[in-house]
Amino acid sequence: MSQWKNFSKGIFKENAVFVLFLGLCPTLGVTTSALNGLGMGLATTFVLLGSNMVVALIKNFIPDKVRIPSFIVIIASFVTIVELTMQAYLPDLFKQLGLFIPLIVVNCLVLGRAEAFASKNTFLSSFVDGLGMGIGFSLALTVLGGVREILGSGQIFGLDLYEGGMIAFVLSPGAFIVLGYLIVLNNKLINKKS
Amino acid sequence: MEYIIIIISAIFVNNILLAKFLGVCPFIGVSNKVETSIGMTGAVTFVMVIATIVTYLIQKYVLEAFGIQFMRTITFIIIIASLVQMVEIMLKKISPPLYQALGIFLPLITTNCAVLGVAIMVTDGQIPGVEGTITLLHSVVFAIANAVGFGLALIVFAGLREHVELTNVPKAMKGVPIAFIIAGLLAMAFMGFTGIV
Repeated sequence: MSQWKNFSKGIFKENAVFVLFLGLCPTLGVTTSALNGLGMGLATTFVLLGSNMVVALIKNFIPDKVRIPSFIVIIASFVTIVELTMQAYLPDLFKQLGLFIPLIVVNCLVLGRAEAFASKNTFLSSFVDGLGMGIGFSLALTVLGGVREILGSGQIFGLDLYEGGMIAFVLSPGAFIVLGYLIVLNNKLINKKS
Repeated sequence: MEYIIIIISAIFVNNILLAKFLGVCPFIGVSNKVETSIGMTGAVTFVMVIATIVTYLIQKYVLEAFGIQFMRTITFIIIIASLVQMVEIMLKKISPPLYQALGIFLPLITTNCAVLGVAIMVTDGQIPGVEGTITLLHSVVFAIANAVGFGLALIVFAGLREHVELTNVPKAMKGVPIAFIIAGLLAMAFMGFTGIV
């Protein structure tokens, strides 16, 4: 598999949110606006890249039986780095994302990639895979956040588009419904399912 | 009174699944049948209550006592992972029928955000309806109420999905997309409880 294919599969063919349905809690929880979605996506991408690289480097030293706990500790260390850095430099975004930053630890996407990809592949492939998956995840969150922001509060990235939106799209029902229809669109247009 | 507010708020108003979006992965994954969702609820309740008690004590008497709160995420996830493992081993020995019923769901719970989420909410002091310091009893009641809320949403949703399986749904919407739309409608119904506490 060429590295380009390895990179692009995370964005379209195996998109974490629209195709694999991984990492759904932050996907639904933080995407009240496009900016929040992007912030969460980038934070997850950083953790994913870091954990994929470290796991790929030390995979030969980890005994098979304690594989999963070791991966979780590696992931948790990167999450702590993100948590502390964000708290120091981006306090507003940190407050908005709140609970979901420490919860990156239990994002199935991160552990899933460590287990299914990084523990079996080379350092370079794992790096490229993490980058592709992370960008695909960020893209999905930004699109979902953008749609909810446009419909819910009449804004995009904080810029006013029109007066008065349907508040339900910013609240919890909107998250489920918009994501449902985005998956339908994805099934219909991008990854045609027979 | 305080405890009643915690319970009603956690089950209906701030439902952990439909309002806070914690534990959505099992919500979509195992909600095909009512039976499996009952099993999942049992396992989550069990682990959530024990994990909340242990993490509360660790936070208070280890992390805060030594001023190392920044280790919280790592510590909590290790505690939950080992608890799940321990519960699994103990159940296997003590109650084989219960182990048979919960068995396959237990390993999944380590990566269930609801368990870690409740533990973090408790230590962050974010229990709705509690003013001032949170006691151990507060957090136990909060954990049980959240587990009940999780179970309620999961079982109702599984019932709905069982019916949808039998209906004629457009091809592109089959499976997960239609499940999300149903979850949205269910969340809308739960929004009706907003404001009662």
